[in-house]
Amino acid sequence: MNAQPAPDLAEACAVTLDAPDDFAGWRETARRLLQLRVPPDRVVWSVAGEEAGDLFAASAFVPDAPTDAAPPRVPRRFLDLAGKGLLHSCPDRFALLYRLLWRLQDRPGLLEDAADRDVRSLDELVRTVRRDIHKMRAFLRFRAVSEEDGAEHYVAWFEPQHHILRASAAFFVNRFTTMRWAILTPQGSLHWDGEVLREGPPARREQAAGGDPAEALWKEYYAAIFNPARLKVGAMLKEMPRRYWKNMPEAELIPALIAGAQARESAMVERGAALFVGPRPASLAAVAEGIATCRRCAIGCNGTRAVAGEGSARAELMIVGEQPGDTEEPRGRPFIGPAGQVLRTRLKAAGIDPERAWLTNAVKHFKFEDRGTGKRRLHQNPTAREIDVCRWWVESERLLVRPRLILALGASAARSVLGRTVSVQSLRGKAMVLEDGAELWITIHPSYLLRLGEDARETEEQRFAADLGRAAARLRELAPGV
Amino acid sequence: MSQQSLRERLAILADAAKYDASCASSGTARRTSRGGKGIGSTEGMGICHAYAPDGRCISLLKILLTNHCIFDCHYCINRKSSNVARARFTPQEVVDLTLTFYRRNYIEGLFLSSGIVKSSSHTMEQLIEVARILREEHDFRGYIHLKTIPEADPELVRRAGLHADRVSINVELPTLAGLTRLAPDKNAAVIEGAMGDLKGAIVEAKDARRRFRSAPRFAPAGQSTQMIVGADGASDADIVTRASTLYDRFALRRVYYSAFSPIPDASAVLPLQRPPLIREHRLYQSDWLMRFYGYRPDEVRAAAGLDGMLPLDIDPKLAWALKFREGFPVDINRAPRELLLRVPGLGTRAVGAILAARRERRLRLEDVGRLTVSLAKVRPFIVAEDWRPVLLTDRADLRALIAPRRGAQQLELFAA
Repeated sequence: MNAQPAPDLAEACAVTLDAPDDFAGWRETARRLLQLRVPPDRVVWSVAGEEAGDLFAASAFVPDAPTDAAPPRVPRRFLDLAGKGLLHSCPDRFALLYRLLWRLQDRPGLLEDAADRDVRSLDELVRTVRRDIHKMRAFLRFRAVSEEDGAEHYVAWFEPQHHILRASAAFFVNRFTTMRWAILTPQGSLHWDGEVLREGPPARREQAAGGDPAEALWKEYYAAIFNPARLKVGAMLKEMPRRYWKNMPEAELIPALIAGAQARESAMVERGAALFVGPRPASLAAVAEGIATCRRCAIGCNGTRAVAGEGSARAELMIVGEQPGDTEEPRGRPFIGPAGQVLRTRLKAAGIDPERAWLTNAVKHFKFEDRGTGKRRLHQNPTAREIDVCRWWVESERLLVRPRLILALGASAARSVLGRTVSVQSLRGKAMVLEDGAELWITIHPSYLLRLGEDARETEEQRFAADLGRAAARLRELAPGV
Repeated sequence: MSQQSLRERLAILADAAKYDASCASSGTARRTSRGGKGIGSTEGMGICHAYAPDGRCISLLKILLTNHCIFDCHYCINRKSSNVARARFTPQEVVDLTLTFYRRNYIEGLFLSSGIVKSSSHTMEQLIEVARILREEHDFRGYIHLKTIPEADPELVRRAGLHADRVSINVELPTLAGLTRLAPDKNAAVIEGAMGDLKGAIVEAKDARRRFRSAPRFAPAGQSTQMIVGADGASDADIVTRASTLYDRFALRRVYYSAFSPIPDASAVLPLQRPPLIREHRLYQSDWLMRFYGYRPDEVRAAAGLDGMLPLDIDPKLAWALKFREGFPVDINRAPRELLLRVPGLGTRAVGAILAARRERRLRLEDVGRLTVSLAKVRPFIVAEDWRPVLLTDRADLRALIAPRRGAQQLELFAA
């Protein structure tokens, strides 16, 4: 540096910048201070109109630098970072930047040292400002207002945390070039008429008109795109802190959406139960009567005949299938179709008399695909919801019969007993103890065997027979009389 | 059927679209609306205009053109046999909605998908029509993501890329068996064939633009896909393997993982319980390891347990480091970038900062502390000027020492 001695400045040197984002002013002054070799701890920075930093600062001006002083050199990157960091609202930012500028003269590589305290602070400032700019682009909301000339005009109210209004202008101009808009903030305002950008004075919230019919649509969208099955409020708050909410129309929905979410998810699982009011049927006959007129799900409304359970009312074994089929429906009896025949044969082989069990289905009506008159009705699986609705009847049968062992055939039956979907393949052939002490045994539905090809069928039939054998043995242990 | 209002249909068709995970609006060519007749701009980085309480970002208007569908995929709320309310938009209605929202700065653009009506090609034509009106009639320069239908005419799929920034085809399920069982109308070969076509078209267009500046752009933000996690029996190792194959074969920008969530009126074939959300997060982390941290797929698989599942209580990078401790500690002042990236707790940013800072001077533990979030996690794995983790790396209870105390629960709260 030049050998020129530092001029005799008073205790401290006070600098007043024109505006909180006056980077050009800071840069010009800082260059002069550096040429005069004024150390960082002797400068007090402030902004015109804001509280002065140090009222006792003696000198109110910075003399011109000597004409022969060498211009200070800084890496290009410093100017980029300083330009951003200066927009931060922290009052110490000017001093920090000058201190870094000062230190850079002796250590040109200083900025690379990300672990340095000052570099770290600058990095923090820049990151915060970038985030604020990004959030303004994200969370600013325009409202359409009609002007006298009939043209649409868009107005937004936004409260930035830092001095980013001017720095944000280009983004909105580039994006909404053909619109007429105004952005109002407590720091100032921007007005774009499609060709020219004008700056205006600070504004108040009331100046941004309220009410835009599009907001109702947007809120509808916001509520619908939210997935109540996955609540992650923390993740939302991290990216969209509460301070932004008051200027976002959709945010007023948030508390209700959160409150409703868990309720909605559990309702999805237990929707069946709410459809039933009053006491449970007092007899199996009442169940049969009840299901005949039950219209609580779509299958109940398809005009088919309900098929009640049958067998021994005091059975130790209850067998639950899926739903009546093409053969069972017209005759009103369970397990008399092809799959029912397979079941009855296999039960007998395992030493179980089907007449002494209670035979029923998870769903009481026949769900089928109608392929036109004269064609055989094609079986369709009931949905989880349909099974859940019909659970109420199956549970009522269970309470009346009080079986020691329940044999569930297939996924639908297992769901009907447990109230949740389980894997038949991984749970088959072993006992699960239910709340009332009864044991649940799960195996496949015999209709599965009918759909298999020759080779697979043999293996699967053996596995089915083995499942039945194990269940039968257990039944004899639980109820030796059977 | 009574006439549904626009609002009612918006609710139905947005609700039906929410199981698509992607909402990205990044990575496309930069555009502004200057000198044009319309509105819209794209930056390199997408903008999330709002966040829903499920923690997901809302960047695009994500809707279906219709949720009527002739397919019957078990995991899908819109499958033919599902008992949900149905609705449809006309292409013009979607265009108007997009512009209405865009003008108010609610969105970055449109993510349009659809149930299959009439035929795959017919549906695809409708989707393209929306994009065409937006681009050609309104000179819309915002972001457009079109979900393409693999069964549609390949020519249509190519046309989609001329208007859209991003195109995507969902592989749906990580395993072939899962696809066959849960999506009986879909065919893995057709899906992959269409992804291959898209890759070809993207590469070709890039090549053409290198030679002729006037060559049309084709899906400048590339293609992505999505798979559902937890609906079939696929383990994390299976999923990681599948994802890496997809990245390699189709040059995908992203593979999205969507934790299967219980849908209303679900098919009884499906589990009703959702997989832990943290599992989805761990998969994204392993995805990151492969894409930004230089891990090979087999290394990520090695971080998983014997059952092929990644640990839920710690992240996969830490799991890997605990399993392969012989590679640690790593000297912060000497190790190359690749090794620094393997240190648990050091992200790409921190590694960049360390590499720059150590050119200036030798780094002490305190310096590293200023560059990372959790020094406790990093410390056992590094050597610094004044630090050597003499015994720590060998301790059997190291996992307990550095794993987050409150376990998966706490992590889930802050998961991205």
